[in-house]
Amino acid sequence: MTAAPALSVRNLTTTFDLGASRVAAVRDVSFDVMPGEVLGLVGESGSGKSVTLRSLTRLLPSGAEVSGQVIWQGRNLVGLAPKDLRKVRGGEISMIFQEPATALNPVLPIRVQIEENLRAHTTLDRAGRRRRSQELLDLVGIPDAARRLDEYPHQFSGGMRQRAMIAIALASAPRLLLADEPTTALDVTIQDQILNLILDLRDELGMSVVLVTHDLGVIAQTCDRMAVMYAGRIVEEGGVSPVLGHPAHAYTLGLLGSVPQAGTERTVLRSIEGTPPALSAIPPGCAFAPRCVFATDICRTRAPELVGTTEGHAAACHHSAMVRHQLGVSA
Amino acid sequence: MRARLRPRFPKCTNVRAPRVMLEYVLRRILQLIPTLLFILVVVFALVRLLPGDPASAVLGDRALDADVERINRELGLDQPIPVQFVLFVKSFVTGDLGNSIALKVPVSTLILERLPVTMMLTFMAAVFAVATSVPLAFLAALRRGRATDTVIRSGFQVGLSMPVFFVGLVLLTVFGARLRWFPVGGYGEGFFDHVYHLILPSITLALSLSAVLMRNLRSAVINVLDADYVAFAESKGLRSGIILFRHILRNALISTLAIFGLSIGTLLGGAVITESVFAVPGAGRLMVDSIYGRDYPVVQGLTVALAVLVSLTFLTTDLIQAWLDPRLKK
Ligand SMILES: Nc1ncnc2c1ncn2[C@@H]1O[C@H](COP(=O)(O)OP(=O)(O)O)[C@@H](O)[C@H]1O
Ligand code: SF4
Ligand SMILES: [Mg+2]
Repeated sequence: MTAAPALSVRNLTTTFDLGASRVAAVRDVSFDVMPGEVLGLVGESGSGKSVTLRSLTRLLPSGAEVSGQVIWQGRNLVGLAPKDLRKVRGGEISMIFQEPATALNPVLPIRVQIEENLRAHTTLDRAGRRRRSQELLDLVGIPDAARRLDEYPHQFSGGMRQRAMIAIALASAPRLLLADEPTTALDVTIQDQILNLILDLRDELGMSVVLVTHDLGVIAQTCDRMAVMYAGRIVEEGGVSPVLGHPAHAYTLGLLGSVPQAGTERTVLRSIEGTPPALSAIPPGCAFAPRCVFATDICRTRAPELVGTTEGHAAACHHSAMVRHQLGVSA
Repeated sequence: MRARLRPRFPKCTNVRAPRVMLEYVLRRILQLIPTLLFILVVVFALVRLLPGDPASAVLGDRALDADVERINRELGLDQPIPVQFVLFVKSFVTGDLGNSIALKVPVSTLILERLPVTMMLTFMAAVFAVATSVPLAFLAALRRGRATDTVIRSGFQVGLSMPVFFVGLVLLTVFGARLRWFPVGGYGEGFFDHVYHLILPSITLALSLSAVLMRNLRSAVINVLDADYVAFAESKGLRSGIILFRHILRNALISTLAIFGLSIGTLLGGAVITESVFAVPGAGRLMVDSIYGRDYPVVQGLTVALAVLVSLTFLTTDLIQAWLDPRLKK
C-alpha cells in the first residue's frame, strides 16, 4: 500500500423507509479504491450493489438515509451540502447504468445530453462544448460523431448507446467512474468491447473505476481487486486472483461453483440453493447461514467479522479455514 | 491502445431531423382529408335519420302540401340522395351553407358569429385546466404519499365527481348573484368584456378536464421520476431546475398531451351545457336550439364545423407530441 486511496468508504449504511419500518439495504460497508484501480463489486441480485454505488453520491430516493463516511478528496460526501454534492456528481464522480436504452433521455439528442454535463462542470463556451462533444464521441468509438451528435438514443444500437452513455458520463473528466452492470444488457461480443473501452479510458483519463456485476468472468477479466456482497454486507474482499483462486467465504465458494480457475472463461454466477433473505428478515448471526453447507451453531448466533486471511484478503466467515481447504483440494 | 478506441464503422445514411419533422407534418395534414370526408358522410346520414322533417317543423302540423313541397325544394330535399350528397359536399367547399330556417340568416354567418364564442370559452377552459393541473400534479407527484399529495388528489376528485351544471349554478349564485364579482350571464361587448364574461363559465368547464389532466400527469410524473434517465441526469450533477424542466416535465407531458387532445371533444360537449347555464350565445346553445327547431341547415353546418375543429385539435396535439417526442416521427 503505497499511495493514498482515491475513495475511502467506512461503515456505510443505507436504510429505506418502508412506512411502518426501516430496512437496511447496505450495512456497515467499508472499502477503498486506489487511484487508477478497478474495483469489482459482485453478488447476487438484491445484495445491495446498486444501493452501495448510489449511496456514494446520495443518488437515492427521498426517505433513504445514509450514514458512515465516504471520504473523497479529503471531504466526507455523507452530509455534504447539495450544492457541493452537485459539483462532485458528474464533475468528479460519474455513474453509468445497466440499461442504456432507459438511462438516456429518449427525447433529447445525444448532443444536449453531453453538453448539459459540460455546461454544469466546465467553463467551455458554446463552440468549446460542441468541439468537446465531438471529441468525446470519437473517444468512445462512435463513428461519424459530428452527425450522430444530433441523433436521438433510439437511433443508436445497444452497444453504441452504451458508448454514448459513457461519453456523457466522462464528459467532464471525472476521477472516478461508478459502473453499475454496464454490460449486462449487451451481447457477449459487445460486452467485451465495452469492458475494453472502460479499461482503455481508465488508462487514458487516469481514473478509478468501481464496476458492479454479477458476472465473475467480467470481474476476472477487468478488475484489480474485488469485493463480494451478500445481504447488504461485504463478505469477502481482496485481489482478484487470491479471492477467486482461494475463496475464504462459503458464499464466494458457492458463487464460483465449478469455475476451475480465475481466468478466461466467463461464467454466470452458479445458482446457490435457496434465495437471499428479505431485508426485513435478515437472520441473526451469518446472513448466509440458512443456505450454507458449512453452517454450524456459531454461524447462526454470532455475526462473523471481516478479518484478514492473507495480505489484503479478508473474509467474514467463521469457517474460512475450512472453506479455503475445500478449494485447496480441488485446485 | 488508441487504435482500439477508434474502430472503423460503415457510414450510416440517415435523414436530418428537420426534414423528418416537415415530412411528418405534411403527411399528417394529408391524412386529414379522408377524415373530413368521413365526417361529411356521417353528418349527411345522421341529419337525414333524425325523426321529423324540416318542412313540418317550419310550417307546423297543419301545413299545406304545396308549402311542404316548396320548402323541400328550397332545401334540395326533393332530389335523389346521391345528388343531395354532392350538393351537400359542394356547399361546404363553397362555404354557402344555405339559410337558417328559424333565423332566416345565412348559416355561415351564424357559425362565424357563434363558433368563436365557443372556441374562446373552450380555450379559456383549457388554459385554466392546464394552469391548475400542471403545477399541482407536479407538486403531488414530488410529494407522493404525503399530506400535500392527499389534499391535492382529493380536491381534484371532488372536482371530477361534480356535474358541470351544478358547479356552474353554484359559481353563478356565489360569485355572480351574491358577491357580484362577475356577470351572471351573457357575453358582453369587446374582447376584454368577453373574457370577463367567460371567466365563470370557463372555470366551470375546466373543472373536470383539470381533474383528468392532474390525475394523468401525476402518474406520468411519478413514472418519469423513477426512470433511469432521471437518475442519470442527477448523477451528472445538473441543477434541479434543469432536471425538472428538461428531463421530467417534457417526458411526462408527452403522454398527458394525448389525453388533453382527446378531452377537447368532451370539453366542447360540456360547453353546450355551460353555455346554457350562463346564457352565453355560443355554438353550443345554437346547436341545442337548432336541433329542437329542426333547423337542418344549421345543425349540418355546425356539426361539420365542430367536427373539423376537433380534428384540427387532434392534429395540433399530435404535432406537438411529435415535436416533443422524436420517436413518434416514423
Ligand atoms: N428505494 C428503495 N426502497 C426500498 N428498498 C430498496 C430501494 N432500492 C433498493 N431497495 C432494496 O435494497 C436491496 C438491494 O438492492 P440493490 O442494491 O438494487 O441490489 P443489487 O445488488 O441487485 O444491485 C434490495 O432488496 C432492494 O429491494
Ligand atoms: S459464517 Fe458460517 S454460515 Fe456464514 S458463510 Fe461462513 S460457514 Fe457459512
Ligand atoms: Mg443492481
